[in-house]
Amino acid sequence: MKFGGRTDLPFERDQSTRFLPWIVALMVFLGALMFAGALVVSDTIDSWDSTLTGRMTVQIPHDAATDDAFGALTAMLNATPGVRDTRRVPDAEAQSLLVPWLGEEVVNSGLPIPALIDVEIAAGARIDPELLAARLSGAVPGTTVDDHRAWLSALINLGRTIEILAFVILGLIAAAAVVAVVFTTRSGLAVHAAIIELLHQMGAHDRYIAGQFQLQAMMLAARGGLAGALAAGVVLLVFAWVGQGIDAAFLPPVTLSAAEWLALLVVPLGAVAIAMLTARLTVLRALARMP
Amino acid sequence: MLRFENVGMRYGIGPEILRDISFSLAPGSFHFLTGSSGAGKTTLLKLMYLALRPTRGLVHLFDKDISVTPREELPGLRRRVGVVFQDFRLIDHMTAVENVALPLRVNGSRHAEIDSHVRELLSWVGLGERLDARPSTLSGGQQQRVAIARAVINRPRLLLADEPTGNVDDRIAMRLMHLFEELNKAGTTIVIATHNSQLVEEFGHPILQLDDGELTVRHARKPSPA
Repeated sequence: MKFGGRTDLPFERDQSTRFLPWIVALMVFLGALMFAGALVVSDTIDSWDSTLTGRMTVQIPHDAATDDAFGALTAMLNATPGVRDTRRVPDAEAQSLLVPWLGEEVVNSGLPIPALIDVEIAAGARIDPELLAARLSGAVPGTTVDDHRAWLSALINLGRTIEILAFVILGLIAAAAVVAVVFTTRSGLAVHAAIIELLHQMGAHDRYIAGQFQLQAMMLAARGGLAGALAAGVVLLVFAWVGQGIDAAFLPPVTLSAAEWLALLVVPLGAVAIAMLTARLTVLRALARMP
Repeated sequence: MLRFENVGMRYGIGPEILRDISFSLAPGSFHFLTGSSGAGKTTLLKLMYLALRPTRGLVHLFDKDISVTPREELPGLRRRVGVVFQDFRLIDHMTAVENVALPLRVNGSRHAEIDSHVRELLSWVGLGERLDARPSTLSGGQQQRVAIARAVINRPRLLLADEPTGNVDDRIAMRLMHLFEELNKAGTTIVIATHNSQLVEEFGHPILQLDDGELTVRHARKPSPA
């Protein structure tokens, strides 16, 4: 197919191919950022899910939070099937949870903060929080049970929606890449029609000619994909560096694991594969119309 | 080798360029294809090298009925047909060696084999000194010889040439004709489309005469002994 370092078709003279690496670079850049965003969101959801699923928090009104009340509630909880462990949350720890939202000054000004019992639920066990709350409030009036499910499921839904959206956008970027390669390949077919006709007459199989376009698409997409991936990598490193200085109580960490960095290589490699396959199929389809 | 049966050809919805063409070429034969401009010589050649499919009638090439031959088998048939185009169709960004090597590469031959065969053939057609020259730096006659070398490098069983002597002087025309004669003696079936009646008379091969899209086969007058 190649002779003296050249393909049969003089692609280097084909002006329409000049912009393909730029288009692929931009698409890989956007795609890699989108994919990284989806991974960060996915990590955050998993982190919330694993931290808060399997736990409940019992809240005792500030005025009722006596040692006797704690003793009675802890005994009731430990006797409840499915409860694995209970822990009385120290006041200082409960206060520290409010500091990021209300500020240290307000929290330390004698704010009546409910006392908390952290309840760990055995794996696979199901406890109805409403029934449990009804039983506990019978012993200590005003006691409530929070299983975090209400706000956690809303957050998880939001996260999953963002994740799906990111993959939809990734799909659209891939579709745009396909369109760009189809137009570039068709233009190449028109520019090199005379040589293609000659190769055809010499007995070249369609796959021989398609292979040349496929090789050219691979070279162009690899060049663009590498540039786009490097640019995305730099941007993600900058995000991670900037993210280190932000209070993590509000934002998920914008960092990727080594495995996730490796997974990001799917984007440029995918772009190269899409470009090769699209070029090949476009050429084969066009050549099938020749006698 | 090649047989046409009541072949008709039209482009799109236009008039028939060729009508009821019937003839056959025996293996090892040599024919001239003559006719005035626009008579359909190039179209007939295109049908012979399978660049076109007839709108009616049957074409048999190497004992295969082209109308029922699967498309994926056609490249194999085309590789056994060499074509010298009127406008040479040399690839400008390739050297003479690379142009001549093209059919072998398409055929999947090995690099070393290609290189030795191509250099040998180019030397045989008198271009041993211009192996690495680009077509644009070669004269018309030299380009013609590169085109002929490319057409015969695969040792085709059928060689079709469209006005191969149209762009060269009489001396080179005679030299090219003798080259075709040599190939014919080696067993290659040859069809040469030409306007050059002097050449046709001189070599005395049978003539496929096209007139207004219709074909007649006749024999040339035997050249008078010197």
